[in-house]
Amino acid sequence: MRAHRGRVVLVIAALVLLATLLLAAGIGAVRIPVGEGLRILLSHLPGAHLARTWPEPHETILWQIRLPRVVLGALVGMALSVAGGAYQGLFKNPLADPYVLGVSGGAAVGGALAIAFLDRMHLKTLGPVPLLAFAGGLLAVTVVYRLASVGRRVTVVALLLAGVAVGSLMISLVSLILVITRPLERDIIIFWLMGGLSGANWTKVGWMLPYLAAGLAALLCYGRELNALLMGEETAAHLGVDVERLKRMILIVGSLLTAGAVAFSGAIGFVGLIVPHMVRLLVGPDHRLMLPVSALVGATVLVAADTAARSAFGATEVPVGLVMALAGGPFFLWLLRLKLKAAAGA
Amino acid sequence: MTYLRIEHLTCGYGTRPVLADFSLDLDQGDYLAVVGPNGSGKSTLVRAIARTLAPTAGRILLNDTDIARMPARERAAVIAVVAQDEPWDFDFTVAEMVLLGRLPHLQRFRSETVRDHSVVRQAMAQTHTLHLAERPVTGLSGGERQRVRVARALAQEPSLLILDEPTAHLDIAHQVELLDLTRRLNREQGLTILAVLHDLNLAAQYAHRLLMLKDGRRFAEGRPGDTVTEESVRAVYGSRVQVMLHPEEQSPHVILLSGDGQG
Repeated sequence: MRAHRGRVVLVIAALVLLATLLLAAGIGAVRIPVGEGLRILLSHLPGAHLARTWPEPHETILWQIRLPRVVLGALVGMALSVAGGAYQGLFKNPLADPYVLGVSGGAAVGGALAIAFLDRMHLKTLGPVPLLAFAGGLLAVTVVYRLASVGRRVTVVALLLAGVAVGSLMISLVSLILVITRPLERDIIIFWLMGGLSGANWTKVGWMLPYLAAGLAALLCYGRELNALLMGEETAAHLGVDVERLKRMILIVGSLLTAGAVAFSGAIGFVGLIVPHMVRLLVGPDHRLMLPVSALVGATVLVAADTAARSAFGATEVPVGLVMALAGGPFFLWLLRLKLKAAAGA
Repeated sequence: MTYLRIEHLTCGYGTRPVLADFSLDLDQGDYLAVVGPNGSGKSTLVRAIARTLAPTAGRILLNDTDIARMPARERAAVIAVVAQDEPWDFDFTVAEMVLLGRLPHLQRFRSETVRDHSVVRQAMAQTHTLHLAERPVTGLSGGERQRVRVARALAQEPSLLILDEPTAHLDIAHQVELLDLTRRLNREQGLTILAVLHDLNLAAQYAHRLLMLKDGRRFAEGRPGDTVTEESVRAVYGSRVQVMLHPEEQSPHVILLSGDGQG
């Protein structure tokens, strides 16, 4: 039975994520063995008193630098994958991703403005960059939503069109900022736009965690209604779904999740597009299973990509957004071919 | 006893109403077929009762309760609709699809109970879809899809079943099979049925009562034998026909005559 298989997949995905987190935290310029890493972790648990058997710099590297980064990467991967999965259901469009409503464009304008005019040194703390990026993302999606709705009804196709248009407008605004800003800020903006997790710290994790948990829980609650929505808005209404309310709910929660992720990491592409597709192939289209599995797989994928980004290219750190695009693009095409061939019965 | 009462309903798209000042009473256990040419307001009537279209005037009462005041969930626990078509692009299994019919009865944080699953199994048994349970819905034939949709509607445990051209796209064997099923549900379970049917003969054969619409207004309503006549069909459809008697059901049976032929 598929339901049973689903539970098995859920457990396996959780274990794989856990293993990835531990391994990723150990990988880097200074290699920390998994066993040692585990002991350092345990020593940070309240009430645990472990004798220090490891060099102190290792603890600093693991606890202050790598771990927050790995955890933030996981949270961002979760947020993007779940938002993407929910949007693909809402729009009944396999091309939908978390950025389809202009959140990334708006966040890019906000972030670029913040870097160009407010801040260039404080990227590491919770300075103006995440705040303006978050605000910009939400502003863009609000404009898109207003454009696509008449009265209390919002049309899904209009949302997509308005999202594309507002997104392009935002990209030209970012270009404008790049042109008029000074070279130093320009470099920082370009690097930030590619999407990266290098500024991760526990403060950011602390902000992201409850926020993500609430958003995830909200979307998971609507799994059954989202399933009904896949049969069309009219059928969903016949099955007792308040369709307009559901659409609003998904859009608001999805936008908040995406804007939160982009605020801390820039617009990392492809996770929110590919992961839900991959997971649907594995566990089927039931959102009640597909969304939680997507969260786990999305976290794993992004953490793995970020580990590659910071360690695979020697001393140079590559933005994780770039790694995702380089690896994700071909992978997506491969998935597409696979589906096409299956549909053709070959 | 009047179960569904439509009072002075005006309903349509944009500024032009499709149905104007339309009233209708439907008793519990009735089987009403709605017929009429394209654009006469049949589907608009269905959408008004299903509340996917809000009327500009008038109201619809279900057991004396205005359906506009009922929450969507509560309404769907009483009224089930099998609409004309729906996109099935995602490979849910038939069992999962029918289980969606339990949605109006399920609390948000609860999972399905044993009873939900037994209602689903019964709905599938009645529609002869049990053997398809684990098949993906994307691979079903037209007739199977339609039966699965009826099964999902039955899983809602409605007291009113609305069908909008359920036999469209079906071959004749599946048309009869589906309408036989609706007749059994009506007779054996007392399910009230309102079916929009394109085929006058099938409508006359299966329904207790016929409602014939023309330009958003009632042209005729009553027992099939009284409503389907050569005069009414000519007036409503503009077609030349001869009405015979169905050899088994004793219902009126329309023979189409050529528009060019000698009358």
